[in-house]
Amino acid sequence: MKTSRGVGILAVTAAGVLAVAACSSGGSASGNSIKASGSSAQKNAMTEWINSYQQANSGSTIDYQANGSGAGIQDFINNQTSFAGSDSAIKDADLQKASQRCGTGPAINIPMVGGAIVVAFNVAGVEKLDLSSSVVAQIFSGKITKWNAPAIASLNPGVKLPDAAIVQFHRSDSSGTTDNFTKYLQASAAKDWTTAPGKDWTAPGGQGAKGNDGVASSVKSTPNSVGYMELSFAQDSKIPMAAINNGGGAVMPTTETAQAGLASATVVGTGNDLSLKIDYANKAPGAYPIVLVTYEITCEKGLQGGALTLTKSFLQYTASDSAQGMLSGIGYVPLPASLLTKVNSSVNSIS
Amino acid sequence: MSQQTITKPDPVEIRGSSVRRGDRVFFNLSRGAGILMLAITGAIGVFLAWKAIPSLQSDSANFFTEQQWFPDAVPPVFGIAALAFGTVVTALVAMVLAVPVAIGIALFISHYANRRVASTLGFIVDLLAAVPSIIFGLWGLSVLMPNMQGFVAWIVKYFGWIPLFANPEQVYTKSILIAGVVLAIMILPTISAVTREVFLQVPQGHIEASLALGATRWEMVRMVVFPFGKPGMVSAAMLGLGRALGETIAVALILSAVFEINWQITEPGGNTFAANIALKWNEAGPNGLSALIASGLVLFIITLVVNMIARLIVARRKEYSGANS
Amino acid sequence: MSPLASENRITTEELRDLLAGRRLPKWAPWAVAGGAIALSLLLTAVGLLGGIAQGAVLAGLLFLFGQAAWSFRVEGRRHATDRFATTLIYTAFVVAIVPLVAILFSVIQKGLEVLRPEFFTDTMRNVSSRGTGGGILHALIGTIEQVLMATIIAVPIGVMVAIFLVEYGKGKLASTISFFVDVMTGVPSIVAGLFIFTGLILTFGLERSGFAASLALVILMLPVVVRTSEEMLKLVPKDLREASYALGVPKWRTITSIVLPTAMSGIITGVMLAVARVAGETAPLLLTTFLTQSLNWNLFSGPQAALPTFIWDQISSGTDPSVSRAWGGALVLILFVAVLYIGARIVARIFAPKTR
Repeated sequence: MKTSRGVGILAVTAAGVLAVAACSSGGSASGNSIKASGSSAQKNAMTEWINSYQQANSGSTIDYQANGSGAGIQDFINNQTSFAGSDSAIKDADLQKASQRCGTGPAINIPMVGGAIVVAFNVAGVEKLDLSSSVVAQIFSGKITKWNAPAIASLNPGVKLPDAAIVQFHRSDSSGTTDNFTKYLQASAAKDWTTAPGKDWTAPGGQGAKGNDGVASSVKSTPNSVGYMELSFAQDSKIPMAAINNGGGAVMPTTETAQAGLASATVVGTGNDLSLKIDYANKAPGAYPIVLVTYEITCEKGLQGGALTLTKSFLQYTASDSAQGMLSGIGYVPLPASLLTKVNSSVNSIS
Repeated sequence: MSQQTITKPDPVEIRGSSVRRGDRVFFNLSRGAGILMLAITGAIGVFLAWKAIPSLQSDSANFFTEQQWFPDAVPPVFGIAALAFGTVVTALVAMVLAVPVAIGIALFISHYANRRVASTLGFIVDLLAAVPSIIFGLWGLSVLMPNMQGFVAWIVKYFGWIPLFANPEQVYTKSILIAGVVLAIMILPTISAVTREVFLQVPQGHIEASLALGATRWEMVRMVVFPFGKPGMVSAAMLGLGRALGETIAVALILSAVFEINWQITEPGGNTFAANIALKWNEAGPNGLSALIASGLVLFIITLVVNMIARLIVARRKEYSGANS
Repeated sequence: MSPLASENRITTEELRDLLAGRRLPKWAPWAVAGGAIALSLLLTAVGLLGGIAQGAVLAGLLFLFGQAAWSFRVEGRRHATDRFATTLIYTAFVVAIVPLVAILFSVIQKGLEVLRPEFFTDTMRNVSSRGTGGGILHALIGTIEQVLMATIIAVPIGVMVAIFLVEYGKGKLASTISFFVDVMTGVPSIVAGLFIFTGLILTFGLERSGFAASLALVILMLPVVVRTSEEMLKLVPKDLREASYALGVPKWRTITSIVLPTAMSGIITGVMLAVARVAGETAPLLLTTFLTQSLNWNLFSGPQAALPTFIWDQISSGTDPSVSRAWGGALVLILFVAVLYIGARIVARIFAPKTR
């Protein structure tokens, strides 16, 4: 009988705590603020866009948490956010769940931020390096282990390469960057790249580092090292990048060459869903082959009230020429004009 | 059972009058709080188990012996073997390094340094306990690791014939050894703070008696302080081990995160339960989330077992309970 | 002079040797240390050793064994062992101080770069990750609110559990609770975060908020509060309780007005230590809060930043200004914790029981 009283008090306390929590957890949007989460690849682009959008619309607040594409999609499905950023288009089971969350309308993929993945290196005295896709694959699969290996030397006549072991860095966390990079290796150097592409690095050898920032700082501080990372991180850390020869001549990664590479992407989604297929074996001259597109995933129909207005308005802004124009200054790649037109009509269809 | 020394028969039991209603309410409140503690611990286990079941059912490999981690593949293949190995070995390295040093610090503060210096030193060591783990990770990665490379290379050069230190690739970064050193620094204060408190409890009479009999200071420590403090030292070490097993961010930043069992602790590699959760959480699909929760459950059970062992060894000394100890 | 000395005409030194055994002179350790350092410096300079670290290790070993060997010849095995152990213990302390100083030095050096007054009054709203400026106000407010809420929940429950264990603790229930408190002490912070995430956010649809973070921190604080409070309550002399009972004071009044006030200083210290421990937790916050760059006073709703997640976010941006801000955040976090520690010690001193 004493126990029951204790339990009773407990129950009341617990109920009270839960009630407070329940009251506080209302909807996910309160008029002039929305939340979004997902891809860390587009984090810095989102930061700049949000900054300029908030400056123009001072009453609005947009919070973007770069917790990874997978977590972003789960957040969106669990109704925690108004849109998700993702390195790959949402499909299959996740798409169904996401559409269920939207209620009246399907969830759609809208490409928004283009990017390039670069092979950056730290070799004393070497500023410029040409690599073929096959050599990149052999370096990252551990088949080429020395910087002065004949395969590298023959591509770089006149460059003094040291007789040193290659220290290779990859991502230790799951990431869309790894996914796109390994897809590229498989598509353009199938003979030299035998492990299956995916978000986790599975090739033997090398060292893992957490995040683009981790790979960049590791390469920067380790002599004779090489690693893959997004363009902006290599630029920010001032690490030299290799020109990639995919069969059409060596191409340095820049905003322009990556935009040319993105032009090879074809829309495979239907209706307002703009899922893309990227041609990683792209041999077009002057087109950088290792590109990626990050999507915003949201409801074509089904967002409510303030969340709808703000999400649509913000995405209209990010699809505008001025917002896309900002990208090249911060290490990202604006979408090609033909694609941007489709993106705008897709964004305008949100209701 | 670990009875506390009760000074009085419980008034609730001997009298039931309305005067004692306050006693009953208070008693029930405190017992309710205790039951709430039990409920929370139980709930943690139950919820993790509940969320872990779907992935465990889907696993096409043996969850306990598989080293790889592909819970979102079709069919899912994942297991905790490499994670359990890495977790245990990094924690062991940390313990081997931290426990002797921590006991040394505790002895220094409790029986070697003079009183006033000792309390300041104690504060400084305690402050180390409060440094957030993300800072340890950053410091380990950007300061310790570059500066330790030469030293590790030296170890490998002269002790490389021991398989544990072999390093044919001659790459000395991102290793279990370095993670172990960072963990050791992190758990030092925890272990030394508890040990110090226990050493300070050694009855002054015993110490003086042994010194009066002509014992040197070390003989006094060995014959009086250690026997008295042994259970406390064990329980302090276990507390440290618990923290080392569960450390997340620092380890995630430092280790190379490889899903294989590799005994050569100076090579890049290793992975732990907690670090793996932090690294894989971001991109995990539904089954991946469930698998990570399953690994969290294993970590929870391991820490539970560690604490059980600590408890069995220590059996909570009764001398401390009650007043005037 | 003692009669013994005058009869046999021996010096006081010989007398001491006679009574206490021969001892090394007072300057012996300094001499050995000097020799050890000189020798290893010489070897390092000649290039026989790889670097300064190896030199330091060698000097340590030379001192350790040199002094012990000398002592063994002069004073015998027991004193040699004693000197050996003393050296090891002093070394252990130095070894522990080195990383602490190194960490503090790194953080202070890198953190001071951004530590201007505006760093405390600005948020990261509309601050570019490539640009300098911005501040931690939003994160500092978040950390203070979250930790305060966690304290408000954890302390009463924790102290009540401790009271139950000490004042009423007998039988199976108490020993079970006591065991599970120990188990909870070892719950890793990420598992606490997982629990709140799976249990409350995924299952009950609780919004990710500062409050959810507080709940995760409660799980981490509770066992620490219980354990420290329990130890402090046990130190309250039983005479005090008996005197109170003898005056006819009910047990609960005895606890609330005699036992608790007596143990208060210790309990406060314990609570402060628990607070310091959770203030720097990153892993559970990543799972339970939604990150924002703007200031949000509302603990219960909406995204809220905290210092550990601020540091995490800035590091992952990877630009130089962001990483500097991260170190600045780290410095503020350490200062915050150090202030709490010092506060706890002052409080403990003010309330210190007169019985000590």
